[in-house]
Parts: sequence; C-alpha cells; structure tokens
Amino acid sequence: MKPIVRVVRTGTANLASVVASLRRVDAEPVLCADPALLRAADRVVLPGVGALGAAMGTLQGDLGDALRARVEAGRPTLAICLGLQLLLEGSDESPGVPALGLVPGRARRFDGDALRVPQLGWNRVEPDAGCRLLEPGYAYFAHSFYLPDAPEGWAVARTTHGVTYTSALERGPVLACQFHPELSGAWGLGLLARWLEA
Amino acid sequence: MLTIRVIPCLDVRDGRVVKGIKFQGLRDAGDPASRAADYEAQGADELVMLDVSATPEGRATAVETVRHIRAQLSIPLTVGGGVRALENAGALLDAGADKVAMNTAAVDDPTLLTRVATRFGAQCAVVAIDAARRLDGEGWEVVTRSGKHRTGLDALAWAREAADRGAGEILLTSWDRDGTRSGYDLDLLGAASRAVRVPIIASGGAHAPAHLVEAVRAGADAVLAASIFHDGDWTVDAVKAAMAAAGLEMRR
Repeated sequence: MKPIVRVVRTGTANLASVVASLRRVDAEPVLCADPALLRAADRVVLPGVGALGAAMGTLQGDLGDALRARVEAGRPTLAICLGLQLLLEGSDESPGVPALGLVPGRARRFDGDALRVPQLGWNRVEPDAGCRLLEPGYAYFAHSFYLPDAPEGWAVARTTHGVTYTSALERGPVLACQFHPELSGAWGLGLLARWLEA
Repeated sequence: MLTIRVIPCLDVRDGRVVKGIKFQGLRDAGDPASRAADYEAQGADELVMLDVSATPEGRATAVETVRHIRAQLSIPLTVGGGVRALENAGALLDAGADKVAMNTAAVDDPTLLTRVATRFGAQCAVVAIDAARRLDGEGWEVVTRSGKHRTGLDALAWAREAADRGAGEILLTSWDRDGTRSGYDLDLLGAASRAVRVPIIASGGAHAPAHLVEAVRAGADAVLAASIFHDGDWTVDAVKAAMAAAGLEMRR
C-alpha cells in the first residue's frame, strides 16, 4: 500500500509540483481541506505559494487548529516555503496578521543593495548536527521573506543569501523547509523519501 | 550563496519539440517530457518551455504538454507563449508550471503582471522582454509580436515598471543577437541588471560556454540557451563544468 499524504488545499498554492513529486517517491497524494481528516491523517503536507495574509485567511478556525494539534503532538507534517512561515508568529509581509504561532520567530524581508530579491534559484543548505532528515546539498528557493534566527527546540539548517538564515527546521517527523523539496531534483526527492519514513 | 542557473529552453509546437535534430539516445527526441527529463538528468537547474504554436488548437495542447513534463520533472518549469489572461496563467500553473512568462500581452496590458503576481505570487510572474537596439543606436526598445512590432518603449524603463508591477524575474532576450550564435548582448544585460533588483535571465545569442560566463560577469543571474544544447554539441553538465572552471558558483 502506498502511504497516503494529505496535501492541504489552501487555495493560494500551486500544488501540481508537490503532488507530482510525492507520486515519484511512491506516495499517494490527496488534496484535502477537511480539518477532521487533516487532524487524523498519517501524513500532511502544508504547501505554500503566495502571500502570508491570504494563506492565513484560509487557515483561520478549524483548519489552523488541526495543523496546530498535529505539530504540537509531533505528527508527521511537512511545511513547504510559505508553509514554514505560516508556522511562525508572523511576517513583515503581512504585519497585522498573526500566523499559527507554533515556532517562535518572525519572517523578515531580504534587504541589501547588492541583493537580488526575491531569492530565486539553487542555494546551499547546511544542516546542524541535530538534523536527522536534512542533509547538506543544493535546494531550490523562491522567496522574499526569511526566518533570521534558529528557534529553540528545533534542529535547523542554514543558508546564506546576503545574511545567513534558518532555511529549514525539523523535530521528529515535523519538517519545515523554506526551499522547495519538490523542485530540488534528486536531493529534494531524497528528503521527501526520508520524511515519508520518519 | 546562490548558484548561477543554466536553463535549457524547449520550443514546443502542437505538443512536439521543434528544434534540435542531433539529439542522441532518446527514445523520442521530439517528445517534450523525454527531453525535459534528459535535461534534468544532465544537471539543468530549471527549464523554460516556450509554446510557439500558431493555432488555437496547438495552444490548447500546451496545458497537456505541461502536465506530461511535470509528471517526470523535479526541477522548476517556466512556461511562456500564449499567456494572455489570468485564466491562461492559472491553467498552466495548475498543470504543473511553476512560473509563467508574459511577453506581448503584458506590454499590451501591464495590469496582467499585477494580477498574476497578486493571485499567484511574484515568484510565479516572469516578464519576458524582447529588446532590440534602437535604430539610432541609443539604448534599447521593446519589440513584440515575435519581433514584428517595434514599440518605441524603452526596454529598461519597461523592466523597472514590470518589476514594480510585481514581476519576480525578467527573461531578457536580445532580439539583435537571438539566433546569431555570437553571444549575448552584454551591454543590455549590464544596464538591465543595474536597473532592477529582481533576477535577470539572459537569453539570445549563446553558442559556447564562454558566452554564458560573459553574461554572468555582465550581471545575469541565470542563462537561457537553446541551440547550444539542442544541437548536441554540449551537455548541460559539460557547460556547467566549464562555467565552474571559469570561477562561477555552480550547482554540480
């Protein structure tokens, strides 16, 4: 039996690449917006493309509560790109909007005269010694906002684009990546496969 | 730090790749999905698929082609050609494109960029600019309708406006160099890279790894090439090795 992975349909994200990559690592992705199913699911992916304010709009109420319950209980959950920022307390992208508040910290905008914004392309991911799922390698990034500091209680990976920042977090089977594993070639598929086993 | 992206471009008409005759070792060299998977295996950092279909029926197949490519591809895919409205962009993104490139339609109606960026995010919205040196030699103007129409619009001013309107990336093609195999327009790349903060993909004129290196030194963040790969003279990996040997940061 292929493992079923429920992919949160936030209405703002482009899901085709996530779905295709999960199929390539022999999982069975199913799009889902039902809070009860997401709460009970073996595995959940929270994808994210677009603005934080709009995405949080769809994560108010039961859907957000279901994700909070999963992450707090350490149930297998993978947050991608904006998905990572949705776990934080908030982002300078949408100043008045509280995010899910599961991870301490706030996303800031890349700044610096010589810096390309958004960061688009392949950059190096360097996991710290506590990481079990993340391995060193190149990942594909597409974002303008980032988490500066490593939050307490999480193993992290770091990446440098003008500043060195936290590009991924893991705690047991909960994994959050600022980069797109689904677009990061064989390295990304390897990470997805390890998460499916976690 | 960010590596320099090497981006092969697939020209697709009615669901078939139209360029590249010397492609060896593929079961079906005209099949876009086979070609895309082969480029990924060679180390391509990203792909661009340009739909050059001339008919509405041909363009309708582009969405299906994107779906086939995405089923096999684990790197980003930008799709251009025929993106005239928010609905075209949405259909291509749903099928598996990660970004859509808008050219003539964005010049005709610049709010298209804003609408796509607002709905899908700036990182999905690529403005494709075809630029030609002005006939008096002073600066560059935007050309549209596959080069048939000189708009008079200053290419650098348009690049700035497009970025302000939400384009997250610029695919900048030199219409003077495209197809000449004489290298990219380095003056154009340098001027554009100083004019905006969003990343710039150089296009038009590449025929050897040295051309790609020059483009990066002039200010490009990524380099797009077609004939250098389609003709079978260079693999992506060999090109990236040559660029790394020239001192550029590459994903290897």
